[in-house]
Amino acid sequence: MTDLATPSKVTFAEPASSPEGRASRAGRTVRRVRSTVASGLKHAGLVAFGFVMLYPLLWMLASSVKPNALIFREPGLIPTDVDLSNYTDGWSALLHPFSRYLLNSAIVVLGCVLGNLVSCSLAAYAFARLKFRGRNFWFAIMLMTIMLPIHVIIVPQYVMFSTLEWINTFLPLIVPKLLATDAFFIFLMVQFFRGIPRELDEAARIDGAGHLRIYWQIMMPLAVPALATTAIFTFIWAWNDFFSQLIFLTKPDMYTVPIALRTFVDSTGESSWGALFAMSIVSLIPVFLVFLFGQKYLVKGIATTGIK
Amino acid sequence: MSSVIQEVASTRRAAGERRKGDGRMAALFLAPWFAGLFLITAGPMAASLYLSFTDYDLLSSPTWVGLDNYVRMFEDPRLIQSLKVTFTYVFVSVPLQLAAALALALVLDKGMRGLAVYRSVYYLPSLLGGSVAIAILWRQIFGADGLVNQVLAFFGIEGTGWVSHPDYALNTLIILNVWTFGAPMVIFLAGLRQIPRMYYEAASIDGAGRLRQFWSITVPMLTPIVFFNLVLQLINAFQNFTQAFVVSGGNGGPADSTLLYTLYLYRKGFADLDMGYASAMAWFLLLIIGGMTLVNFLASKYWVHYDD
Repeated sequence: MTDLATPSKVTFAEPASSPEGRASRAGRTVRRVRSTVASGLKHAGLVAFGFVMLYPLLWMLASSVKPNALIFREPGLIPTDVDLSNYTDGWSALLHPFSRYLLNSAIVVLGCVLGNLVSCSLAAYAFARLKFRGRNFWFAIMLMTIMLPIHVIIVPQYVMFSTLEWINTFLPLIVPKLLATDAFFIFLMVQFFRGIPRELDEAARIDGAGHLRIYWQIMMPLAVPALATTAIFTFIWAWNDFFSQLIFLTKPDMYTVPIALRTFVDSTGESSWGALFAMSIVSLIPVFLVFLFGQKYLVKGIATTGIK
Repeated sequence: MSSVIQEVASTRRAAGERRKGDGRMAALFLAPWFAGLFLITAGPMAASLYLSFTDYDLLSSPTWVGLDNYVRMFEDPRLIQSLKVTFTYVFVSVPLQLAAALALALVLDKGMRGLAVYRSVYYLPSLLGGSVAIAILWRQIFGADGLVNQVLAFFGIEGTGWVSHPDYALNTLIILNVWTFGAPMVIFLAGLRQIPRMYYEAASIDGAGRLRQFWSITVPMLTPIVFFNLVLQLINAFQNFTQAFVVSGGNGGPADSTLLYTLYLYRKGFADLDMGYASAMAWFLLLIIGGMTLVNFLASKYWVHYDD
């Protein structure tokens, strides 16, 4: 796993000379110059491409501190003078201050993260370490639910949650996570648990530890990387989630950030792009921070399991 | 010491196998998952299948109409349109996205300097791409006086309102999906890393050039990863919703040109409250995705290379 984190070291290990070793000194120098030029060009290309990729984001950031009239006149990135009024305007443009929506999103995300960490790790322990009848059958069922489109269950879920009077609460968003419905993370943790040497928990069992203690005191501490990956992806998915929040949250009091932003677009239309961009930037900051500090786990998570 | 533990552990394990197993413990660990499976997933699935044979508007109780909803689907021009839009979207954007991901992964995989930085930069859009904020940004970028047209104007080309033109609106969504090529790219990078270096060494001793090595080693060794990415991204793309919803203002316009299947399903179920019809649509979607994945697996026999 560490090889992913330290790719640049490989460069030094590669021999630069040709296998025959008969190349003249001059020839080697020419080749070295040529390869330096080639790699310089490659880097220039990659940097330029990365810049084009990120340009829309940088442009949105720049536009968020420009007066509305200038957004459409200057495609450049450097604002002539920085003006934060878009942020104050956007913050109070809707019924509630934007902090309300941030708080709502934070509650939902926190509930989802905690729910997934606890419920998925419990289920994963059973699949990875316990022997019971029908284990393979239930494991197969679990795998099948990973690919199930939410659309197949959303209508009856809506009916059920509205009978329970849970619409316009965060329960329809959080309770399913407490019940391990993100089977994907069960799978991730089963894979991880299987990699932990059995000798460790067997030894603990000899010392008289039960399964609950082994789960809590041995497996969980060792599974921190898998737990971190789960927490990070749950955070990003729940923060960006739009479909289910759109369906279950219809009162402005309960709006999360994505729903608030969407309402903002619809209410102001094209007139106040600056304020809209400012709040969009605000909404992206948490994901960006998670990306910045959780990169190692993100890359590992995608590389081993193929999630987005 | 450790060998003693191993020995004791293996005898314990043998003893454990003779015992009845951990049925009761498993029930405890799996309790949340079972509750979720039956209450949140399987129950609603069954209910949704039932509702798909009924006429149901949430207010009055469902009335049985047999196959009516399914028959109606094939006479519904908007549904046909949404299928056309969705298939175009999926089968244009996914190959482009994977091609970009593979190309970048091949360029980056040389243990080059700064690989981690490039990987992060290219990966960032994958994390943000599903958010409402980016959809809002896209709506502006491809608007009549948006960023794209400003850049085109710089080169003396007169653009149009891309998102408000029925011929181009879907293309903006396709570009957005291609923009998120970072996640499959990271998977490709991990796959490339797993190709044993000695294959290349052996080939170059046998006199194979770089191009030959690419076609005879890299390509076949990478086909399982291509297959994996293809299956995953196709399933994802069929379910995309947020971007089409926000860019089109929630109605799939202009002229239904961005009416993704999921968007139409949402409108039918939660705007028109035609929930029987929406349920039938959901099951048809499941059928499409399941069928496509099956075809993918069957076809993989002919082009995916498995080493052992």
